[in-house]
Amino acid sequence: MTVVTETPNEAVNALTDEQIAVLAEHVENAELKAQDITKITTEYPQMTWKDAYDIQWAIRARKEARGNKIVGMKMGLTSWAKMAQMGVETPCYGFLADYFSVPDGGAIQTDQLIHPKIEAEIAFVTNKPLKGPGVHIGDVLNATEFVIPAVEVIDSRYENFRFDLKSVVADNSSSTRFITGGMMADVKDVDLKTLGVVMEINGEIVEVGAGAAVLGHPASSVAMLANMLGERGEELPAGTFVMTGGITAAVTVNKGDSICVRYQGLGSVSARFV
Amino acid sequence: MNEQQILQAGDELYQALIKRETLRPFTERFDDISIEDAYHISLRMVERRVAAGERIIGKKIGVTSKAVQNMLNVHQPDFGYLTDAMVYNQGEEMPISDRLIQPRAEGEIAFILKKDLMGPGVTNADVLAATECVMPCFEIVDSRIENWQIKIQDTVADNASCGLFVLGDQAVDPRKVDLATCGMVVEKNGSILSTGAGAAALGSPVNCVAWLANTLGEFGIGLKAGEVILSGSLVPLEPVVAGDFMTVSIGGIGSASVKFV
Repeated sequence: MTVVTETPNEAVNALTDEQIAVLAEHVENAELKAQDITKITTEYPQMTWKDAYDIQWAIRARKEARGNKIVGMKMGLTSWAKMAQMGVETPCYGFLADYFSVPDGGAIQTDQLIHPKIEAEIAFVTNKPLKGPGVHIGDVLNATEFVIPAVEVIDSRYENFRFDLKSVVADNSSSTRFITGGMMADVKDVDLKTLGVVMEINGEIVEVGAGAAVLGHPASSVAMLANMLGERGEELPAGTFVMTGGITAAVTVNKGDSICVRYQGLGSVSARFV
Repeated sequence: MNEQQILQAGDELYQALIKRETLRPFTERFDDISIEDAYHISLRMVERRVAAGERIIGKKIGVTSKAVQNMLNVHQPDFGYLTDAMVYNQGEEMPISDRLIQPRAEGEIAFILKKDLMGPGVTNADVLAATECVMPCFEIVDSRIENWQIKIQDTVADNASCGLFVLGDQAVDPRKVDLATCGMVVEKNGSILSTGAGAAALGSPVNCVAWLANTLGEFGIGLKAGEVILSGSLVPLEPVVAGDFMTVSIGGIGSASVKFV
């Protein structure tokens, strides 16, 4: 069976610089105002992967110009099964801005979001720069200061979750909030492949999983991020916080919900949606 | 069901097991079959196996995941008996073509007991105190009911759809591992098939063993030192055929592999 795949980083633009700037403003406003929009490819079916990432980087530049700090990166679509369904061979990435961060046990303002979902993840903090191409799991483990549990809140800005992957990339891969735990581990001390997670909403177990759900091993997600950034001439600097992608399926949360995710040997992460 | 019908049903299941044939669901044949009837049928089937020379070495708990409970529309687990004819060791080939009908693999945590457990009133603490070790396990379930068209009474009667099982080579003190959060990774023919964690079975595999001890305690039956208790699947069931190779790895416990022939 031949699967037709596209290369998310083919370096071709179909949109003009002006169109990219306009779309960046449009998509970012959807996030800031918590108002859903139709997917970009409805109006611009010719949008390329390069266009989509250019829109994301333009949104990032808009936030930085406003004084926001970029505090990390996230990976999405990190399940082999989901990638095959979407017909792509690589996951997608997004950035994390300072105001995305929520303390463990903290409150998330549900009204600031459109239709949030949560995912249980393992996050890495690096201590050496990683620059692709050619970055592999060994490089990542050698460049890891520690791993720490994290819960990502994702919130697609597209109405009714109707989107394609290019539109998702332009929308900063649905990034919106994240909560980190208070317990870290040296990568030498944990088997990230079999590390288990248990997600509870309002005291009921809703999802379970293990690290291997993320590209076979969460470190391979960091390697892929470094390689994807390398294709744009960017590197992952030392000290970067990277969320590697959902171990569990994304689960819808509503105002009033309290969540708790337990991690094998790494404590738990909690938050409330108010 | 009357006693004669129960014995007859148990005998039919035993013959189906030996001849590798399937039966019409009992729930289609007997409108009034209760879960208690079903346990008596399973007891008859197991008595036939023991009469033929098999030895009971433990018990299995089934229907522990929310997905399977919803499928069968029941909100309690069930149990079956394990015999020495069902167990294979790590690295041995498992002859499913000769022995099973429509096998499906489940990744589980096995408990080996060092003390008897007698319900009612068995707590999680009692289970941990009575456990010698936990081990990684593949249970290969099978159904003597055609096309797995089972309701809860059908699977209970069929010894909780017990087939064969494999224990891995590692045995870990239950005090050394968090059985609720330990992760499970199942690989089939070199690809990652599914992941899960201990909490998938009634919140914790320890809860499953406590449930079994308390449920059997109502009938005056205890769990015995030395018995193997399979605590329930932590991942979705996967159909398998001869030629498949599977591995289950459990965080902090170890792994078990099985080659199906």
